[in-house]
Amino acid sequence: MDFYRVLGLGPKLQLNSVELQQLFYGRSRELHPDRFARAEPSVRAAALEESSLLNDAYRTLKDPVSRAEYFLKHRGFDIGEQGTKDVPPELLEEVFELNMALEELKSGDESARPQLATARDHFAALLAQSDDELTNLFAAHDASPAEAVLRQIRGVLNRRRYILNLLRDVNGYLSN
Amino acid sequence: MGTFQIDFGDAAQPERIIGIDLGTTNSLAAFMDLTGPEIIAAPDGSRIVPSVVALLADGSFIAGNAAKARLVDHPEATLFSTKRFMDRAATPLKIGNRQITPPEAGAHILRELKQHAEAFFGEPVTKAVVTVPAYFNDAQRQATKDAGRIAGLDVLRLVNEPTAAALAYGLDKRKSGIIAVYDLGGGTFDISILRLQDGIFEVLATNGDTFLGGDDIDKLLMAIALEDIAAEWGAPIEGDPGAVETLRQAVIRAKEQLSFTLFTHIDLDYKGRRYQREITRDLLERLIEPIIERTLGPCRQCLADARLAPADIDEVVLVGGSTRIPLVRRAVESLFRSRPHTELNPDEVVALGAAIQAGILSGEVKDTLLLDVTPLSLGIETMGGVVTKLIHRNSTIPASETEQFTTAVDGQTNVLIHVLQGERELVKDCRSLARFELTGIEPVPAGLARIEVKFLIDANGILNVSAKDTRTGKETSVEVKPSYGLTDEQVEAMILESIENAEADIRERQVREARVEADRILAALENAKQNDAWFDLSSEDQAAIQAAHNELLLAYHGDDHHLIQAHIEKLDKASLKLAENMMNTAVRGALKGTKI
Repeated sequence: MDFYRVLGLGPKLQLNSVELQQLFYGRSRELHPDRFARAEPSVRAAALEESSLLNDAYRTLKDPVSRAEYFLKHRGFDIGEQGTKDVPPELLEEVFELNMALEELKSGDESARPQLATARDHFAALLAQSDDELTNLFAAHDASPAEAVLRQIRGVLNRRRYILNLLRDVNGYLSN
Repeated sequence: MGTFQIDFGDAAQPERIIGIDLGTTNSLAAFMDLTGPEIIAAPDGSRIVPSVVALLADGSFIAGNAAKARLVDHPEATLFSTKRFMDRAATPLKIGNRQITPPEAGAHILRELKQHAEAFFGEPVTKAVVTVPAYFNDAQRQATKDAGRIAGLDVLRLVNEPTAAALAYGLDKRKSGIIAVYDLGGGTFDISILRLQDGIFEVLATNGDTFLGGDDIDKLLMAIALEDIAAEWGAPIEGDPGAVETLRQAVIRAKEQLSFTLFTHIDLDYKGRRYQREITRDLLERLIEPIIERTLGPCRQCLADARLAPADIDEVVLVGGSTRIPLVRRAVESLFRSRPHTELNPDEVVALGAAIQAGILSGEVKDTLLLDVTPLSLGIETMGGVVTKLIHRNSTIPASETEQFTTAVDGQTNVLIHVLQGERELVKDCRSLARFELTGIEPVPAGLARIEVKFLIDANGILNVSAKDTRTGKETSVEVKPSYGLTDEQVEAMILESIENAEADIRERQVREARVEADRILAALENAKQNDAWFDLSSEDQAAIQAAHNELLLAYHGDDHHLIQAHIEKLDKASLKLAENMMNTAVRGALKGTKI
């Protein structure tokens, strides 16, 4: 996992954002092309290569979700092709109701609008809940790495993505 | 990588690197003195080189003050504000009986600065850091680097103007904090937000408009004055370039005075005729309010991209001559809710910052490091005229992304990749940068080739593309065909539209994607109808497939991607039996072929 290597990190899912930033600044001082402006071309090329890797790494790892996706990908999991498999049935039921409300709204029936606002608040709460779940699973995996935990993380990520899409759709309708 | 531990800063005597601000209206050079950055004065003591180029009767070119002096008498043989044309670097500009490209015009100005520096130091100067607007795209950056090369300068680094200004302000100032740099120059506007911590200047986000600046204010005043004069003198003066240029200078004088007084006169004295008009600051402010308003949208977007609120900004720095206008200061102050810094001369601060960056590269300035970002997203064209983004805007540079490509036709040896810059979803709404042709791919059946293409934006914000055939491990040669299809106005318009049209974009994209999928299944069905399996179907099954097929075609031309998707699934279901039959036929065919 090059992104962890270039930052000098062990393969941990839990990362402290302040510490990560300090690491990034420190490594930037060592690797940035500015430090090698007068070096020979091969060294300059290597600095460009490594510092782009460093920047890509920091950008990916500082966000918990993209970090987990990167981690899972490198542990052999495929991401993002799960459809609605990890979505709990009660949420799917809610989605059906939501779709009905959206249809009403589209046909000019404004009475469904409050229902949308409720749905939005609910989805936002679910999103926060899945973020908490991720934090806990990260800790669990770092304490004792296990494939089963990674599988659970993938489940939460898929559910989270689904909720995020819902939230975006509902927000879109509400802002119109 | 052990090599990275070597410190080249303490090696041999560093070669001199100067910092250059190549501006729309004025250009300056600076160097790192023992006590800090200093402007390099010309032999006559002047600090500013006007960005004006003139062609003399003997066929030679001059730039700077001498060229500016010829604007009125030889308007057809002088060029100014050529930085505005850097986006169309291949399109020549007319000057007298000659034509020069925008990078060549830039080169004349750079050469003038280079000569001043050589006179100042008494030795040749060949290396420079040159600043560009943060919002310059790849083509404009490339054109600026080319200008340096034409002028005989090795441009070691392009630095974004607002970032350079932050360097000039931040050095030996506060140790940490969030800085916003508002840079309204002669022709371009930039806003950048940076985090400063222990000598690291990390740009969090940047935004702007490369077609907005003091020039636009001049044009507004000019329009009024030209109309007045036509009425007063009984004939328009537009046909007389000398008169227009004289008026332009009078208008600029009046504009500049209004930053310090409440009223003044536009005063034109041309070939014995006089035009005078009183103009108040109040009128100027009402005129330019829409221009100032246009800078606030990018500011808000920049804050949003940095995930900050105005209250999070600790310091605001003003850069560019146009920020002397009191209305600009008030607008910035009310947006960021803090009084902007104006201690340093807004005309000089960018050049001073460029000199500091030159000091960083030469090793003279230690402990300071700039981490800048790319202003525009980079993507490639994929099926259906859609842009797939590879590197998002505001990514710290150098930044890279690797993408796998394969071939679509048996024996294909070339792959064409269309690279674009911009925030919109569709190819037609982004700026085409270049087409990269990968050649020398080993001919194999379609879909079997594996070409790994690496897109890398370097520390100058310029794209580099390399490719490797992962099956053979060989580097694939990449031929670049730069495109100048779109103008910069179009790019700017695109970005603004992007925010407004994001919704429509996504819908359009979804429809396109659904159509691509529909095309695939319709083509597969046409193929299948030639197969024996089709004739094995009952007439009811054939009719059901045909009905689903017709329904999909109907939905295909609508704009509801859900409907297209639904009918694709229906057709899929209806042709299940057909697919099974085909599979069986294939198996039978395969068995027939084998001799038992």
